Amino acid sequence: MIELLQEYWKAFLYTDGTEMTGLAMTLWLLTASIFIGFLGAIPLAIARVSERAYVRWPVQFYTYLFRGTPLYIQLLICYTGIYSIAAVRSQPLLDEFFRDAMNCTILAFALNTCAYTTEIFAGAIRNIPYGELEAAKAYGLNGWRLNAFVVVPSALRRALPYYSNEVILMLHSTSVAFTATIPDILKVARDANSETFLTFQSFGIGALIYLVLSFALVGLFRLAERRWLSFLGPAH
Amino acid sequence: MIDNFFEVVGLPGLSMQGFGPLLLMGTWMTIKLSLLSLAVSVILGLIGACAKLSSLAIARLPAQMYTTLIRGVPDLVLMLLIFYSLQTWLTSLTQSLGWNYIEIDPFAAGVITLGFIYGAYFTETFRGAMLSVPKGQREAAVAYGLSRSQRFFLITFPQMMRFALPGIGNNWLVLLKATALVSIIGLADLVKAAQDAGKSTFQLFYFLVLAALIYLVITTLSNLVLRRLARKYSAGSREALQ
Repeated sequence: MIELLQEYWKAFLYTDGTEMTGLAMTLWLLTASIFIGFLGAIPLAIARVSERAYVRWPVQFYTYLFRGTPLYIQLLICYTGIYSIAAVRSQPLLDEFFRDAMNCTILAFALNTCAYTTEIFAGAIRNIPYGELEAAKAYGLNGWRLNAFVVVPSALRRALPYYSNEVILMLHSTSVAFTATIPDILKVARDANSETFLTFQSFGIGALIYLVLSFALVGLFRLAERRWLSFLGPAH
Repeated sequence: MIDNFFEVVGLPGLSMQGFGPLLLMGTWMTIKLSLLSLAVSVILGLIGACAKLSSLAIARLPAQMYTTLIRGVPDLVLMLLIFYSLQTWLTSLTQSLGWNYIEIDPFAAGVITLGFIYGAYFTETFRGAMLSVPKGQREAAVAYGLSRSQRFFLITFPQMMRFALPGIGNNWLVLLKATALVSIIGLADLVKAAQDAGKSTFQLFYFLVLAALIYLVITTLSNLVLRRLARKYSAGSREALQ
């Protein structure tokens, strides 16, 4: 056990000597996909609650597709499926993009989390009390100003508890990245297992790192809720 | 059969080039695995929820540990941890007892592993639902002289289901999607079948999308069933009349 730690602690945390691995890689995957997903989800959530069906419907279809299928299959399609199409390989730009495992993984993760985040934000927009919007309209806000100054800030605050759940689920989902040869925490644990045969210890250390990371995220979001959501709590 | 069907309908492009039966077997494996794991996890969830609400610390603490540890770690990591460790432990056990080598059936191990992981999520769902049943109901049941098991099965359980259903539905969909991961530990499920078919026909994209669509059909059907169940269990409550 101690030898295992001595040999692999660096790989578990940040590097195996040649590239970024372990915890650092997992955090990078998580932040990249969450960031892209978040940016995409804001306009999509506004479209999702639009009164016009031709705006709402394509977004609904997108979230239905990505929430109804496993992330693992989405990753496989991005990583091996798309690259198996000859037309993709013959396009230099697409070929360049899909040949890289990292690009495919982040693309699949971002599309997946964006679908879930869109639904979370759309739900939060629907839950904004109508009085808030009425007041904003009475002050003469409309169009993108109404969205940018009232709807989005209010929805993001209200979505915080659900969004924190999604971020933690995404952290857990990043563990499938090792199937696309990305050296994340689980990949290091697997390598340690196959070299030392200390199965329980190798995967146990990996599990422990994920556990600590989950708790850290829960704590961070609790702080964020205290900062941005206290107006919804009981009066002190 | 499926191949012929598409040929007859005039969509030879959709024929599965002889891989129809393989995909069907894979789909069946996925459904079987997810239903059995669901059963295991619901039972574990009910036990866990009762333990978590127990007044005895000796029951409460292990249940608390179980839900906290399992829900804090990715399901794939736990799957690999439990699946490979089970075999190692069993091997060392049989060796020390001088028995023959026993190989764990991957399917049974998959069901146990998935059931054990999602049992933790179901524990939380059932705990919340049990807390939502008004306390007076249980007090009235005690006053009527119902036994402990009667109180649970006749009073708490039916009323709890209404509150538990949204959570159960959610957990089921997550569990169903998590079964896609069992191909990583070597089970011949839908994903494995699609990958095999795709690799030997060089049409990986087509077969993977097909597998995704099959999952989509299963989740859509589940949603329909869940909506119907929700209507059934919320009979008599006002939210049902939306």
